[in-house]
Amino acid sequence: MSPRPRASAERHFWSRIVQVAFVAAILLLWVLATDVWHVSHILLPRPLNVWAQFVDIIRTGEFIPDLLVTLRELAAAFAISLTLGITIGFLISRSQYLVKVFEPLFAGIYSIPIILFLPLYVLFFGLGSPSKIALGATISFFPIVLNTILGFGYVDRGLATAARSMGASDLQLFRYVLFPAALPVILAGLRMGFTVALLSVIGSETIASLAGLGHRIVNLAENMDMARMFAYIVFVVAIAAFLNAVVSRLEARGKWR
Amino acid sequence: MPSADAAISVRDVSHSFGQAGDAQYVQALLNSNLDVARGELLCLIGPSGCGKSTLLNIMGGLVTATTGSVSVGGKRVNGPMPRDLAFVFQESALFPWNTVFENIVLGMTFQGVPKAEREDRARRALAAVGLDQFAGHYPGQLSGGMRQRAALARALSLETDILLMDEPFGALDEQTRMVLGEDLSVLLSRSKKTIVFVTHSLGEAVFLADRVAVFSARPGSIKQIIAVDEPHPRKPSFMTAPKFHALRDQLYDLLHDEIRRAMAESGQTRRRYDDVEADAAAAVSGGEGA
Repeated sequence: MSPRPRASAERHFWSRIVQVAFVAAILLLWVLATDVWHVSHILLPRPLNVWAQFVDIIRTGEFIPDLLVTLRELAAAFAISLTLGITIGFLISRSQYLVKVFEPLFAGIYSIPIILFLPLYVLFFGLGSPSKIALGATISFFPIVLNTILGFGYVDRGLATAARSMGASDLQLFRYVLFPAALPVILAGLRMGFTVALLSVIGSETIASLAGLGHRIVNLAENMDMARMFAYIVFVVAIAAFLNAVVSRLEARGKWR
Repeated sequence: MPSADAAISVRDVSHSFGQAGDAQYVQALLNSNLDVARGELLCLIGPSGCGKSTLLNIMGGLVTATTGSVSVGGKRVNGPMPRDLAFVFQESALFPWNTVFENIVLGMTFQGVPKAEREDRARRALAAVGLDQFAGHYPGQLSGGMRQRAALARALSLETDILLMDEPFGALDEQTRMVLGEDLSVLLSRSKKTIVFVTHSLGEAVFLADRVAVFSARPGSIKQIIAVDEPHPRKPSFMTAPKFHALRDQLYDLLHDEIRRAMAESGQTRRRYDDVEADAAAAVSGGEGA
């Protein structure tokens, strides 16, 4: 083995150590705050109590209906924004004029907090899942459509010309040249879209909803059941971390540069 | 009328970019006529911006001439003709997400070669350019010279009668370029391909070509055609022969005034210049600097 991969593996190892130490330090602060500095247990439950509640949630399977509601909303929202974002992004990318018109427009809308429109979505779609799906789809549409426009805009014209000179049809040009060329940038957009879809689905559940993990957490907070609420937060963090890891892994597989 | 034994006939081709009167309007080519004989290697040489690459793209159907016509094998060119001719570009134009082998197979997929034949032909093409060991490499893992070999293999695998090469060695260093030129000469002596080869380099043109077409400055047209008359494969010793130097000097004389005209028109040397332009620039600064 050459020395370079070993050096980078070593650096990777040490950055992992620092990351683990960071999480451990936060846990330590938590223990100190509850057991030594006596912060009110109503504001900050003891870590051991939270752990006991966490085990209870997992053992009883109480989380399953709420998790299914949230995952279904997430899947539906992401499916809609993925389909619309990639289709519309591709169509816009075909024309310089449309890119000039829509790219700044979408970028502008993307920069405003669309979650402000949640009350409107609830009025239109009701308190249940449809409003969460619609909002999640709206918010995650923008990073996907913007990166799709960007990805198809970056395709090297020389490659398309070469494919044409060898007789590529329109469909072949798309499948073998335009799409693979744009794929890494589109995948980056999908990862961002997935993250904001997850944020907006859970976020809107905590504001106004009938079911879902966000709904459960707010419900527990309103009943002052703080240890269980924290346990649910830990659960949601774990689920979100897992989903993001899966999506990042998928993104890395599509890279060719 | 195009002559019967011409592989490519160019008749009264003019080409301009943009609309007349626009600031960007450029008359690139003016009334060019040319017959490329079957089995010959014809070099197009001329000052930067003279339209030699444009003419190559018109021959290959990638650009439609504003006026005039081109026919290949008696058929009028209206668009890409993948079964009749293959391109090799200056930047290799290999797909970076595919391996060398996949790139070659994909070219044949585009051209419509039956699936069963593709892999066999790809292997033969790679062997012909000496890249058999690198079939599984990605273009990004190869040197510039190897990428151009791979691009040449892709063009060869298409088994067209005609190859159009647009400064294929232009981005390479001189040593790599000389070796690839020798290899190309050997390869050609074995095949019966017709090749049109655009180059900036006087030496490359004399070394490779059966005939060299010299362009005038923009708007480009063919000023003169010089025959080299030396059998392929050409050996490195040809480069030191008196005949080589006489032809190179003759080309330089023809180009000299055109290069000055092209430079005066463009004001500054905007593009990368190779030996031809570098010589001319040295002559200009040497003559006028005093």
